[in-house]
Amino acid sequence: MASYVLRRVSQAVPIAVLTSLVVFLMLHLAPGDPVVIILSAKPQAYTQEEFDRVEKSLGLDKPLAVQYVTWLGDVVRGDFGESFYLRREIRGLLVQRMEATLFLAFGALIFSLPVGILGGVVSSMKRGSILDRTINAVVVAGVAVPTFALGLFLIVLFGLKIELLPVGGMTSFGDGGVVDRLRHLVLPAISLGVGPAAIIARLTRSAMLEVLNQDYVRTARAKGLRNAIVVRRHAFRNVLIPVITVIGLQVGFLLGGAVLVEVVFSWPGMGQMIVNGIQQRDFPVVQAGVLVVSLAFIVTNLVVDVLYAVVDPRIRHSR
Amino acid sequence: MGSNAIAAPPSAALANLAETVKERGSGRVWHRRLRRDRIAMLALVVLALCVGLAVAAPMLDLADPIKTNPRQKTLPIGSDGHLLGTDQVGRDILSRLIWGARTTLMLGVAAAAFSTIVGLIFGLMAGYFGGWTEAIIMRTVDVLLAFPAILLAIIIVAILGPSLRNALIAIAVLGVPFYIRLVRAEALRIRSTEFILAAQTIGAPHSRIVLRHVVPNVIAPIIVTSSIHIGYLILEAGGLSFLGLGAQPPSPEWGAMVASGRNQLMLAPHVVLIPSAAIFVVVLAFNLLGDGLRDALDPKSM
Repeated sequence: MASYVLRRVSQAVPIAVLTSLVVFLMLHLAPGDPVVIILSAKPQAYTQEEFDRVEKSLGLDKPLAVQYVTWLGDVVRGDFGESFYLRREIRGLLVQRMEATLFLAFGALIFSLPVGILGGVVSSMKRGSILDRTINAVVVAGVAVPTFALGLFLIVLFGLKIELLPVGGMTSFGDGGVVDRLRHLVLPAISLGVGPAAIIARLTRSAMLEVLNQDYVRTARAKGLRNAIVVRRHAFRNVLIPVITVIGLQVGFLLGGAVLVEVVFSWPGMGQMIVNGIQQRDFPVVQAGVLVVSLAFIVTNLVVDVLYAVVDPRIRHSR
Repeated sequence: MGSNAIAAPPSAALANLAETVKERGSGRVWHRRLRRDRIAMLALVVLALCVGLAVAAPMLDLADPIKTNPRQKTLPIGSDGHLLGTDQVGRDILSRLIWGARTTLMLGVAAAAFSTIVGLIFGLMAGYFGGWTEAIIMRTVDVLLAFPAILLAIIIVAILGPSLRNALIAIAVLGVPFYIRLVRAEALRIRSTEFILAAQTIGAPHSRIVLRHVVPNVIAPIIVTSSIHIGYLILEAGGLSFLGLGAQPPSPEWGAMVASGRNQLMLAPHVVLIPSAAIFVVVLAFNLLGDGLRDALDPKSM
């Protein structure tokens, strides 16, 4: 097991390093002088003193490789430079923003996991029934609906018709307790979670149908075991592996799709920060946001891989 | 929406698909099977209608999609002379929707075509030559896949600047790693077949082997896959435009229409919901047609 984890980590590290290289190069690939790009986010004209300071911190007179290593060193220590638009260091901003995004992504996962798995299991057990067909129709729609469109639809529905839940922001003004935060989470989490729920349901259904055809399931039934036990003990356990794989993929979607949902619901997370950063041409903020989200994605993929090695011994013993 | 998972059907299913597409016999019956699939046919009709309207847009007697009219702001659906009402600056929504279909459909199809071609070239190189070429290409693919899909598109737009053309490039790049993997797997399999060995033995140059023997064997499954892929690319493109990183106002693109109507969401929800629904319907139609196509080509997968 330890050697498997080690091997998997050693695969992830070079990818993380290359990812950071891509993010570093963003500033240099964009047309124009990097110093001017960074300072162009500043609402007023920049001074010569500021120009020199940024130029020195980027070390633009040095070779690109040296610049990259210096930048990487700063980033590893949590120093992402400063935003001239927001007039503050980026480090403090990142923590708040990441917290909000993780809260949202976690909420969406809490919604989509049980809904998707339950939907898939139920529709596989009642194959061909009206219930199965209804679930399939919902799944097909759930995959095709744009995240932002669903969010906006929910805002209209709850803002105009059912005034039950808040339709924007993460807290109410002057509040911010646990209940208030959870109430604000419901609609964004559903908007973000519907797509993954649909995909998880589809996969669970097809995996269940395959497993239910296996000989050992027939044997279990022939022994006279109750249907519930056959499904739970013999079928469902073997469905977990593909389901975990797809959940790993969905985490990438949750982190990416969060960008859209955050913009729709004015959710103060990482995605909103990145999009604002692009519109304000605030490059250091965009770089910091993109890097943190990508690393979070790499780490979750790693965790998922290790997780299914735990679930399935065949994986950790292969090769 | 849009996700890695939608873009990446399980590779086993694809391998199956590849097998079937190649079988000459099934080539003659698949369209008959497709025609019997009522849902896929409905999807095809919807798409044909969209394409027809988009192509015919300049010939239809539509209001100017860009001309504003301050005296006719946010007219409701069914207003006189404005079947779907007007938006927050008085532009005719029906006209913008039809003109927007040109942009949206073009974006999806062009992006799918671009990523298919690029993926085909690099996938062939990786699969056929192997060695260092393969290592470099596949590590690049790993890095591209290390970013959540829409984030990769955002990075590209951040570098190039927001515009319709750059959004197209970004969306196309999203698809590339997926095709590289698919084509490489196919090319690897074909490389070890006897007819390739035979071609090599008689001294055929690499270019001839690749073009005459490998490409024809991978092209069919790739084309089917890319048709399934278009819906996903349209979703991502809509998301980019919605974020203000794709088509720029006042151009009538569906995602951009949704974004521009957002300020008055509560006062005039139809301005936002109509283009939203349009994206949904088109993506749904592409997905359903893709599913039908796959089932018709590979009845075993049903």
